Formats: sequence, C-alpha cells, structure tokens
Amino acid sequence: MVNPVRALGAYALRQVCSAGRLGMFFIYTLRGLIRPPGKFWHTLKQIQFIGTKSIALVGFTAAFTGMVLALQGYHTLTKFGAEGWLGSAVGLSLVRELGPVLCALMVTGRAGSAMAAEIGIMRIEEQIDALECMAIDPYSYLATPRMIASIISLPLLTSFGDVVGILGGYLVGVGLLRVNSGAFWSGLTSSVDFGDISMGLIKSLCFSVLIAWICVYKGYYAGVDEGAYGPEQVGRATTSAVVVAAIAVLISDYVITSILL
Amino acid sequence: MSSENRIEIRGLNSFYNSRQVLFDISFSIPASRVTVIMGVSGCGKTTLFRHLTGLKSTGPGQIAVDGKDLGSFSETALSDYRRRIGVLFQSGALFNSLTLSENIAMPLHVHTDLAEETIRIMTLMKLNMVGLAEFGDYTPSQISGGMKKRAGLARALIMDPEMLFVDEPSSGLDPITAAGLDRLILNLRESRGMTIVVVTHELESAFKIADSIVVMDAGSVLAAGTPEEIRNSAGARVHQFLNREADPYRMHMEAYYERLLGDQWRSQ
Repeated sequence: MVNPVRALGAYALRQVCSAGRLGMFFIYTLRGLIRPPGKFWHTLKQIQFIGTKSIALVGFTAAFTGMVLALQGYHTLTKFGAEGWLGSAVGLSLVRELGPVLCALMVTGRAGSAMAAEIGIMRIEEQIDALECMAIDPYSYLATPRMIASIISLPLLTSFGDVVGILGGYLVGVGLLRVNSGAFWSGLTSSVDFGDISMGLIKSLCFSVLIAWICVYKGYYAGVDEGAYGPEQVGRATTSAVVVAAIAVLISDYVITSILL
Repeated sequence: MSSENRIEIRGLNSFYNSRQVLFDISFSIPASRVTVIMGVSGCGKTTLFRHLTGLKSTGPGQIAVDGKDLGSFSETALSDYRRRIGVLFQSGALFNSLTLSENIAMPLHVHTDLAEETIRIMTLMKLNMVGLAEFGDYTPSQISGGMKKRAGLARALIMDPEMLFVDEPSSGLDPITAAGLDRLILNLRESRGMTIVVVTHELESAFKIADSIVVMDAGSVLAAGTPEEIRNSAGARVHQFLNREADPYRMHMEAYYERLLGDQWRSQ
C-alpha cells in the first residue's frame, strides 16, 4: 500500500519540480536580455534560421490551405447562393485562425525540433557545461537570442502566410470556380478588419514565445533528469519538444480566442 | 586549512536523485602542483570533477577553495571563481558552429573590453602554444579528436587561469598526442605555477605528470599521496588497479552495488 502512494508522491514532486524549472528557465531567458554576451549577431543568425528558412514551408502550407478553404467554402456557400462571400470566408479563417496556428505548427516542426536537437547535442557534448565553466550565462547565450528571433520571425511569417493563403484562395475561387473577382475582394475587405489582423498577430506572438521556450528548454535539459547523456536522450527531447510545443500552441489558441472574442 | 593547499575537500557525498555516487570524499589539492585523480571507469571521478568546477552543487560535505566554501558561493562569487579557473572537458566541448579561433576567443569577448586586434593576437598565441596556429580558421568538425582537445586546452588557458581542471586528457588519443598533452600540462605547472587537477584512468600518464595522486574506487577515496606513496601503498585494491589485475573486480563491484542499492540488491 505504501509503495504506490510513495511512487505517486514522487511523481507529483517531479512534476512540481519540472514546472518550477520551466518557469525559472523562462525568467532566466528574459534576464538574458540585459546580460552579456551580446546577442545581435546570434539573434540575426537565428532570425535567418527560424524565419527566412521557413518562408518556403509556410508559404507552401498557407497556399494549399487557402486553396482548400476556397474549394470547401465555395461548395458550401453555393448551396445558399452566397458564393460572393468566399473572399470573406477564406480571409477570416486564415487571418484569425488557420494562418497563425498552421504557421506555428510548421515552425515548431522545422525550427523548434532543430533548436531542441541542437541544444540537446550541446548538452551531451558538454558544451553547455563549458559555457558555465567560462562564466558565460548559457541562458543568455542560447535561449535569449532564439526567443527574440522567434518573436520577430513568427508574426512576419504569419503575415506572409496569410497573404499567400488568400492568394491561393483567390486562385481557386476566381481562377477555377469562376467566382466574381470584385465580389471576392469586396467580401474580403469588408469582413476582415484590423481587429481580426491584430488577433492573428497576438496569437502568433504568444505562439512564438511558447515554441522558443518549450523547444529550447527541452533541449537544454536533455538527459538531465536521467543523469544519462546520449543520442537517445537528444531524440527523446526533440520528440517531446515538438509534441509539447504543438499541444501548447493548440491549447493557447483556444484560450486566446476565448479571451479576445 | 593548510596555506599550501588550494582546495580542500572534506566529507563530500554526492547523489544523483536518491542514488549516492560519492561517499565521504576527503583530500587536499596543493597549490602549484599537479594532482591526478584516478580510478576505474564509473568510480565517480567525473562527478567529483563536476563538483570541483561548480557544475554540481555539493550535498553533505564541503569543498573549500582558498578557505571559502564553494557550496555557499553566491552566483556572482561562483562566476568570479569560474573566471579564475580553466576547464578542459573530455571531448574538448568546442562549439561546432564557431571556428577554433572564435571558440578560443569567446571568454575574452565576453569578459574583457580588449581590442579586436589584441584578442586576435592572444588567440594566436594560445593556438601556437598547443601547436594549432595553422588551424585557427577550421571548425571543430574539420579536425581530429586530439586537435579538439588541444584547442579545448587553448580555450581553457585563454584567460590565464590560476587553476586548471582537465578531464581525461589522454583518453582516445594516440601515444604521441597524449605525450604532447602531458608535456603541455607539465610546462604549465613549471612556467606559471598553475594548480592543475587532472582526472584520468591512464596510469602511465598519471605517474608521469602527478605531484600527488588520489585513487578512487566505487565512489570513495582508496588512497592519496605522492606517486611514490601510491606505488608503495599496502592496499590490495590499489595494487590491483596499478597492476591491472581483473579477477577480484567482480566481487568488489558486488560490494559497491550493495552499498548503492542496499536491501534491493541483497534481495535479488
């Protein structure tokens, strides 16, 4: 009887410790903003990695999402004779919801996993220990530039994705399904206002913080709990980073939507 | 604390979660001498190394550096301590995205306001010291394991530390490169009076460079003294280690597991 209770207690304690460590990791990452080493070049490099190198993937995903939305929307709207609202349906769906979420999931899969793996490898190869031994703040050196880069990149990628998605929807709606071009654009511009755009951007800002925080954290502590440092721990940390970050994005999407609506 | 001892370890115990890996470790590290910590793989050498470099916080017991308890150091004091030490890790721990010059210059860029040209010259001097002057623009992936270790040593020395900690300098190296690293360590002691701690299980290297030796086994200190004292030690386990005898080893590990796992081990 005692052993299961003890195991449950130990599990609960581990979870509380992990939550505390995750919180402290975030605080240390923020503290890195005002601590050396300088972050300009590191941040620029990370913007290139997280942002520039994700443009094609985000564009491709957004284009096909916009095209599918137009296809699905057209067949539903024609039942009510409201195909003129296709631009509105595509625009609102993308700008408010699908643009930020899909962009965040794509960045998690591409850049988030790479961040977790890269930092996990640094952990098992003692590079993070080396930073500490050189009295260089590892949070400031590793986590803060990635956080800043993610915050700068994700809203820009989301905006880019929104535009490409709308163009994809236009291509299918107007080009293939012969919806009136003027009706498409007027529906879009009359429905999508600044509130919708800002909602999408607020979401992408929150997602950017979550992705960088969770993925860098997972890599940073790869193998630490087990006291074992090897490729298996890096693989596990990478998988866990992607899964946890994706779930966090979806949950926070619901929470932010319920607050902003 | 004796004035000639730089570091004193008293009754140090260490744990990973609830598993105890170091048991009541006590010995001293004299100033301006090479102290070699050796023992079989898994005996706790690297854990002790992590305690000495402040990477693992001390549990019960104390590590006193110049008379001050390392465990009670504030974040600032720990940072100051780390600026006074150089650490060479087993793998070299170089950053793969940076060239050797950038790796070596990193502490100077972070901790000093030196001009770029001065940093460049200092970096070149250290690269030259470890025989890698031609390889400053190479990345770690373009050089051999031995060169990585030498580059790691150059980085550890770039701030001219008072103390140097070296983890397994000779492991995985050919005899010529290993001998070169041993000579470098001895040069550092002789030319700069540096306090050097080397963790190794290479007997030949240990006896070549050591002023004092600490032999560890199963998380405890088995013997400590000068190389001569260690050679003449009466301890059977020390002899077994020095003579590379394998037979009684398993029995000894069983005793170790019993200490680690207690009832759980006995019941199996």
